[in-house]
Amino acid sequence: MPNAVEPPVASPSSLQDAYALLAKGGYRPIAGGTDLMVQLTGEIGEPPERVLDISRLDRLRGIERNAGWLVIGALTTYTELRRSPLIAELLPALAEAAATIGAAQIQQRGTLGGNIANASPAGDTLPILLATDARIVVGSGRQERTIPATEFWIGYRTTARADDELVLRVEVPLVSDRRVRFRKIGTRRAQAISKVVMALSWSADGRAGAWRNVRLALGSVAERPIRAWETEAILEGARPDEETAERAVAALAAEIHPIDDVRSTAEYRRAVATRVLHRLIREEGSR
Amino acid sequence: MKRASTRIAPPSRPAERVAPAAPALAARTAFPLRREGPAKLTGEARYADDLVFAGAWYGATIRSDDPHATLIAIDRDPDFDWSRVLIVTADEIPGENVVSLISDDQPVLVPVGGEIRHHAEPVALLAAADRSTLHAAKRRIQLRTERLPAVFDPLASTQQIAHFAIRRGDAEKGLADAELIVEGEYRVGHQEQLYIENQAMIALPRDDGGITVHGSLQCPYYIHKAMKRALNLTDAQAVVIQSETGGGFGGKEEYPSMIALHAALLARKLGKPVRMIYDRHEDISATTKRHPAIVRHRTGVTRDGELVAQEIEVVMDGGAYATLTPVVLSRGTIHAGGPYRCENVTITGRAMATNTPPNGAFRGFGAPQTEFAAEMQVNRIAEALDVSPLELRRRWAYREGDVTPTGQVLRESVAALEVLEAAAETAGFSRKRTDRRRASTSGGTRASGIGLALAWHGAGFTGAGETHLASVASIELTDVGAIRVLTASTEMGQGTKTIFPQLVAAELGIGIDEVEMAPQDTSLVPDSGPTVASRTAMVVGRILIGAARKLRARVEESSGQPFPRSYRDFAKRNGGIRIDERFEPYPGITFDEERYVGDAYPCYGWAAAVAEVEVDLDTGEVAVESVVSADDVGRVIHPVLAEGQVEGGTLQAVGYATMEEIKLADGRYLNDRLATYLIPTALDAPRITSILVEKPFSGSPHGAKGVGELPMDVAAPAVVAAIHDAVGVWIHELPATPERILAALSGASAPDTPGSEPGTRSGARANRAAPARGVDPRPEAPSDPLPLRAPQDKGGDWERDR
Repeated sequence: MPNAVEPPVASPSSLQDAYALLAKGGYRPIAGGTDLMVQLTGEIGEPPERVLDISRLDRLRGIERNAGWLVIGALTTYTELRRSPLIAELLPALAEAAATIGAAQIQQRGTLGGNIANASPAGDTLPILLATDARIVVGSGRQERTIPATEFWIGYRTTARADDELVLRVEVPLVSDRRVRFRKIGTRRAQAISKVVMALSWSADGRAGAWRNVRLALGSVAERPIRAWETEAILEGARPDEETAERAVAALAAEIHPIDDVRSTAEYRRAVATRVLHRLIREEGSR
Repeated sequence: MKRASTRIAPPSRPAERVAPAAPALAARTAFPLRREGPAKLTGEARYADDLVFAGAWYGATIRSDDPHATLIAIDRDPDFDWSRVLIVTADEIPGENVVSLISDDQPVLVPVGGEIRHHAEPVALLAAADRSTLHAAKRRIQLRTERLPAVFDPLASTQQIAHFAIRRGDAEKGLADAELIVEGEYRVGHQEQLYIENQAMIALPRDDGGITVHGSLQCPYYIHKAMKRALNLTDAQAVVIQSETGGGFGGKEEYPSMIALHAALLARKLGKPVRMIYDRHEDISATTKRHPAIVRHRTGVTRDGELVAQEIEVVMDGGAYATLTPVVLSRGTIHAGGPYRCENVTITGRAMATNTPPNGAFRGFGAPQTEFAAEMQVNRIAEALDVSPLELRRRWAYREGDVTPTGQVLRESVAALEVLEAAAETAGFSRKRTDRRRASTSGGTRASGIGLALAWHGAGFTGAGETHLASVASIELTDVGAIRVLTASTEMGQGTKTIFPQLVAAELGIGIDEVEMAPQDTSLVPDSGPTVASRTAMVVGRILIGAARKLRARVEESSGQPFPRSYRDFAKRNGGIRIDERFEPYPGITFDEERYVGDAYPCYGWAAAVAEVEVDLDTGEVAVESVVSADDVGRVIHPVLAEGQVEGGTLQAVGYATMEEIKLADGRYLNDRLATYLIPTALDAPRITSILVEKPFSGSPHGAKGVGELPMDVAAPAVVAAIHDAVGVWIHELPATPERILAALSGASAPDTPGSEPGTRSGARANRAAPARGVDPRPEAPSDPLPLRAPQDKGGDWERDR
């Protein structure tokens, strides 16, 4: 009988070995373990049969700038995101999001790849990846493939990643003049799962002050992290003024589908998502 | 008694205020370090789960999945190898199947054919040599049940656990004569104690056929009593030993008896030690919480702000079994009017049974619930009268000589005004309130506010509780000349092991380090009563001082020398002596338990808090920026520990006020994990200023009145008042979550609570000619409730009197 509390762990040191083990089936990858460890007792979700420790796969580490892309390895921890000069320069909103996750200990262990693969609708970094047209690179013994963030989270805790694939890295296109705002609403100031999490990105059109390439993404308002396409359409080409804000929040209220759960209510989530968006637009308009 | 509105009665004995201890060397040397502190810091301290017993098995509890059902059968999967697992069911209990406390209603295990009354109720016990076998076995047991109709709303329950009525003057007439009547309904929910260390017990079979348990606990003799009864043991056969305990807050007052019995039943059958260590999920889902309550007020005042009548109805949700509910309700009822002089008062308190896990002791013990309502009411009356909430309290607060609703004359040690002024002045309450009013027109995304609350807290057990209890504490001069303190009073982080040596050393004139503490082991120490009700420093401390005085006199009489110089020689010459000192009733304190009239407590502690908050107007999020808490504890024994109590209690109250909430579905706690039951983190903690006020109680030689629970009573209403000051809405239900605040701001109904009717909850209205007897919006309450199916034990247990 498998030991229900402590499943067997394999710790490959090469990607090929990791792929080979994954291909056998039954393995769940573990990086920081901040999501998986609490599932070991089987009370929250199905406990893993076997665990694949990927912490020795150093190729999955590191943050670098590669031509027009910001490339972040899957094993990058939240602490590393917070401390990285490259992130601070190129995508500070991601450091901001990382700073809201758990507290110091979780941030030391938890990884960006884990946040992506765990696919919680409340994953705090995910709206940023959605709002910046990021793509997620996964690999297996068969191939490496690149999946746009918008096609990665396809249902409740379901991703486009196959069982034998590992999340390898994230690639974020670098767009000049892009601005990204992030906002998380949780029950307390640390160690809180979000009630609503939001990322908004756009490029300001210098003279007219209108917004271009607007992306709005949210977590905890649907069964998966989502882009708010209708709201984006309203914001696209518009100036961040009171009227735009009003129209945008009306669209947002119609396109999100929050639920009542143990953390909050659908009513509150809808109200707060729209109020926070309204405030972001107002703040940007008054700059 | 008529009083000029601005008069502040000069206290007969001026209260002294102790400045917060500076982190100066002087303060450190003056007050000893926490006795068990170094062991805790270095990891040497042994908590229950750190204790190693060779050959011990692991125990687990099979619990019900139904809120109310008949247990038909306990089915074991025939495909599982049960030879490696020990099972115990109710029919194997050697004594009575009762967890002995106030009533005899709660079984140790639900028997087959018996009634399951709440989710997570213990039904069977398992043990195995290793955890994975145990874990697997647990999943191979199925309970066959037949669902019964369940009741989750205390207002819909017909089963009354306890009832109290307090009457003074004529509230009905007072209301009829009043010029303004303010009504309000306030609700508070469950709160989890969330001690750092989970519940844990280890049972060992004894050679004499009895059982020894080691565990995390507050009250060794409660467990001792429960073991004797359910396991048919003699006094000597049942031994309870406290291991290092990581917090209790009331949560380890009653439930440890249940766990000890479970571990003991397994160990007895197995013939080996059994470890019963809860994980956090089991702990939160099954053990006791603070009682939810619904409190309704009708208050009559005159136009110039005199308080003429209070009519208060308290309904508490007891959960499925009585546990400590009657005494929690008693304290809640007695304190429900708040610390205010009123000639005409009617307070009724009812505790109703529901099919939810039993609620029990938690810091404050019923008072935080009813005093939240009382303070909300006073703050709303101040608003209705358009007077400062500080000014209104200055007029109404108790002075010496005032009479409480039970008819108790407050003869001494009344510091309501002192704590009020100290908190208000330190926080700059009046100035900030005025400044903020001026600034409030400026637009913005955040609003700040300041709020005030005042509370009283009866010191020690209620009424004649201490007399019934007749606690004994001892001091021993051993034959090798050591001084030992013997009590069953437990250290759970609050400082028992530090302050007892302080008190005894001071009486004997010796150094603190010369006083040893005997372990909390029922085979060694006398029953000094439970470590609850903020009674340890006040009551047990007093007994120890009495014992120390006797020891000193005995030695000095014989030696003719001062004690410090002679006690070692005395011991060598005469051998050791032990003084067993019994509690002596406080002179002049009498209470009629039948009529609920008289001196409900020997004295009271007093507390005031001023909270400042910032509310995010878009999200309703509340940041509690600061709390000033002024607490009159009689006499401060150890300022650092006392401040620790004020800070901890304040933070626990801030959590109660803003975020701590249990959500239920079908009688089950939904957020029964640390990921979902949220308490404040360090980032959420306000800046806390604690002011210790000293208005000593003459009934104790050291004047102490207790500190543990006092701060828990005031901070929550102060925070909610500050939220109102910031955004202009009253949140009538705790916690004041962003969900409730946004709903109130947008005028919509707050998230539903069964039985609540938003919009009809409260209001102030002028009382024309006769008080309008409009439609009572409240759901009909049974006026003559059916007796509880498990009647109260009429055996005169002292617990009932607390």
